[in-house]
Amino acid sequence: MNTTNILICGVGGQGIVLAGDIIGMAARLSGLEAKASEIHGMSQRGGSVVSEVRYGSQVNSPLIPLPGADFVLAFELLEGLRGIDRLRPGGLAIVNRQIIIPSSVTYGTAQYPENVEADIISSASGAIIIDALDMANKVGNPRAVNSVMMGVLAEKSTLPINCWEEAIKKLVKPKFIDINLAAFNCGREICK
Amino acid sequence: MDTILTGNAAIAMAAHDARVALGVGYPGTPSTEVLENLTTLESSKAQWAPNEKVAMEVGIGVSYGGGRAIVTMKHVGLNVAADPLFTVSYTGVSGGLVVLVADDPGMHSSQNEQDSRHYARAAKVPMLEPSDSQEAYDFTRIAFELSEKFDTPVMLRTTTRLSHGKSTVKASTVTTGSPETKKIDNPMKYVMVPANAKRRHIFVEERTAKLQEYFESSELNKVEYRDKSTGIITSGISYQYVRDAVPDASVLKLGSVWPLPIKTILEFAANIENLYIIEELDPFIEEQLKAAGIKCIGKERFPICGEFTPTIVAVGMGVANPVESQRSSLPTRPPSMCPGCPHRGVFKTLKRLKLTVSGDIGCYTLGVMPPLMALDSCVCMGASIGVAHGMEKAGVDPSTIVAVIGDSTFLHSGMTGLLDMVYNGSKGTLIILDNGTTAMTGRQDHPGTGKALSGESAPHVDLLSLVKSLGVIDVVVIDPYDIPSIEKSLNHALKYDGPSVIITNRPCMLIPHEKYPKVQVIPDKCKYCGACLSIGCPSISKVAVDVDGKTRIRPQMDQLLCTGCQVCKQMCKFDAIEQVSGDTDTII
Repeated sequence: MNTTNILICGVGGQGIVLAGDIIGMAARLSGLEAKASEIHGMSQRGGSVVSEVRYGSQVNSPLIPLPGADFVLAFELLEGLRGIDRLRPGGLAIVNRQIIIPSSVTYGTAQYPENVEADIISSASGAIIIDALDMANKVGNPRAVNSVMMGVLAEKSTLPINCWEEAIKKLVKPKFIDINLAAFNCGREICK
Repeated sequence: MDTILTGNAAIAMAAHDARVALGVGYPGTPSTEVLENLTTLESSKAQWAPNEKVAMEVGIGVSYGGGRAIVTMKHVGLNVAADPLFTVSYTGVSGGLVVLVADDPGMHSSQNEQDSRHYARAAKVPMLEPSDSQEAYDFTRIAFELSEKFDTPVMLRTTTRLSHGKSTVKASTVTTGSPETKKIDNPMKYVMVPANAKRRHIFVEERTAKLQEYFESSELNKVEYRDKSTGIITSGISYQYVRDAVPDASVLKLGSVWPLPIKTILEFAANIENLYIIEELDPFIEEQLKAAGIKCIGKERFPICGEFTPTIVAVGMGVANPVESQRSSLPTRPPSMCPGCPHRGVFKTLKRLKLTVSGDIGCYTLGVMPPLMALDSCVCMGASIGVAHGMEKAGVDPSTIVAVIGDSTFLHSGMTGLLDMVYNGSKGTLIILDNGTTAMTGRQDHPGTGKALSGESAPHVDLLSLVKSLGVIDVVVIDPYDIPSIEKSLNHALKYDGPSVIITNRPCMLIPHEKYPKVQVIPDKCKYCGACLSIGCPSISKVAVDVDGKTRIRPQMDQLLCTGCQVCKQMCKFDAIEQVSGDTDTII
C-alpha cells in the first residue's frame, strides 16, 4: 500500500496540530485520501504533543503502523529524540534545533539530555537539522516555525507544491498567510 | 465535495442534517467538540447543561415533545447521566434520542478507563460504534432512525482516536420535513410507576430481541472474507488497526456492539479456523461469545489496559515483535498550570500550610504536579466536598482539611456536597476556584459565565449569593493573586466553627482579561534561594550564572510567557523581582 506516514512531534503551542491539518489538506487537494490523529486537551498547557498524518490512495488507521513513519517532523530536540524510534528504516527525520526546557527539568531531578542532535543522527542517518526558529523570526513571526518545517517536508515528499500553498491559504488565518508562505519558501530553499 | 472532519465534527454535522431540535451535554474530553461544532452549524440547536444528568433529562424532554435530540458526554459523564438513561430505556421515545458517549482508552485526559459498552447492555439500549469519521456521520443518522423505529434511545460510542481523528466525510441528504411538536399524552408509556414500568420492562425485552434480529441483517455489520484460516471480530477504531496489521485476515466488523448479532457471529465463526476478538478495554464481545460457546482468542493476546495501536494489534496477532521503548529514561514533559494561572498561588499557600487537600476534576488537578504537589485526593466531578466532609467524620481535624473545586465543577455537582456540609454540621473549608470558565476542556461557558454555548449573553448565577443561600454564613471572595489574603482567609476559615467557603475571583489566563505589567529578576538583588521557582510557573526558567567564580542558578522570567500575575514577586524576600515597564500581552 502506497501510504505516506508523517509523525509530527513537539511541545504544546508550537503549531503542531495546524501543521498536521495543512499536510492532510495538501494531500486531499492533490486527490489523495488523508487521515490524521492527535491528542487535544493538554496541548495548551506545555505538554508533549504528537500528531500523526497519513495519506495515500487508501488509508486505514489514523495511527502509523509498523514499520513506522516515512518522515518524523520534530519541532523540538528532546521531543525529536523521543519520537525518533518511530521512524521507519530509511525514513527521513526533519528536526528543528530548538530547546524548550520541560518542567520536569526545571523543578524535578531530571536533566535535559546532552548530545541530543548526535543521538538523533545515530538513530536516523541523513537527518536534516535546521534552525527553524531563526528562519521564522527572519520572516517576521516566531510562530511560523511550522511553515518552515513544512517547506522542508514539501521538498522531500511528493505532493505538488501548489497543493501545499493552497492548503496554507485555506487553513492559516488571513493576516498570517503571507508570513507563513514566506516561511514555507524559506524551508524549501534550505533543500535546494 | 467531501470534507476532512474529526469524528466529533462529523457527528455534529449528522445531527444537524438529521434536523435535531437540540444537542445538549456537558463538556468532557474527548466529547466536547460535538456541541461546539453543532452550534457553529446552527447556533440555536446546541446548549450546555450544568451536568450530564440534566443534559440527559433535557434530551428526554425534547424527545417526548416530538423533537430529535443528541445528548453528549464523556464516559464518566455517563455515570452521572445513568439514572435517567436506565428509565428512558423503558419509556422509549417520541422524537429520536441519541446518546453520544466518548470513551478515553489510554486516559489521555480522564480519571479512569471505563468501558461504556457495559452501560448499553445494563440499560438495555442499542449501541452503535463507528470506525472512522464517515461512519460517525452515517451511524449518527442511522441512530436517529433506529431510535424512532424501535422506540428506544440509541447510544453512539466513540473513543478518543475516533472523536479526535480526522478523515473524509461525505454528507448524505438532509432530512426533510419538520418534526411535529407533540403534547405528551400517554401515561402508560411515560409515567414510570411500578404498574406501568412492569409492562414497559416486557416491551424492553421484546425490543431487544427485535433489535438483535434487525442487526443480524443490518449493513452496520460487515463480513469481509479473505484468508479463512484467520478471522477477526472487531469494532470501532480497532478495525482500522486490524486492516493495517493483518490485511489478509477475514474480518467481521461490528457496527452494532449491543445487542450482538449472534447468528451472524456464529456463521462467521463456523467459517474461520482461528478466531480472534480484538476490542479495546474490556472483553465485552469476547465474554458474550464464550458464553455462546464460541471458541475464540481475546484478552490473553490483547491488553485490557490502555489504548490500542496498530503495533499492539500486530504484536497480538504474532506478526510483529514487541518494541521496547529506548527512550523511557528521557525527561517527561507533563502539562502544567499556565503562566499567570490564578490557581497557582492558592496551591502554593495550601502546600506551605501543610493542609490536606481534597481535590476535584479540572485544571486545578494539575496542583498535584511538581513542584506544587499540593493535592491529596481526586475522585470525580464534585467529589472534593463530600470526601473532605467524610474525612472530618472519620475524625480528621477539619482545621487541617481543605476542599478545592472549580466554578464549573461546583455548578456541575459540588452544590449538593456543600448543602450536605451545611446540613450535617461540618466545620470544613471549601475553596471555589472561580476562573470564569470550564478551563480544562477548552474554556466552555457555563451558568456562571453569563454566556451561552451560542455565544449569546445568558443570565449568570452569582456564586456568593448561591453559597449563602445554601446556608453558608462564613463566606468570602478573595483575589488569588494576593498571597497574604489567601493565607489570612484560610486561617480564619479553618478555625471558624462551621462550614466556610472562600471564593477566588481571577479569570483563567486563556480567556480575555485585564493585562498587567510583567516582572523580571533584578540580578544584583537575587540571592539564588529558588523561592520564586517553587511556584512552578512555566515562564520562570533557570540560568547558570558566574558569581565570584562560583556557578549559581538564577531564575529568569520569559517576557513572552509572563502575564504579570505577581505571584512570584510575593515569594521573594529580597525584593529581587520588579515590574517591567512597557506594554503587556497575554500568552494567547
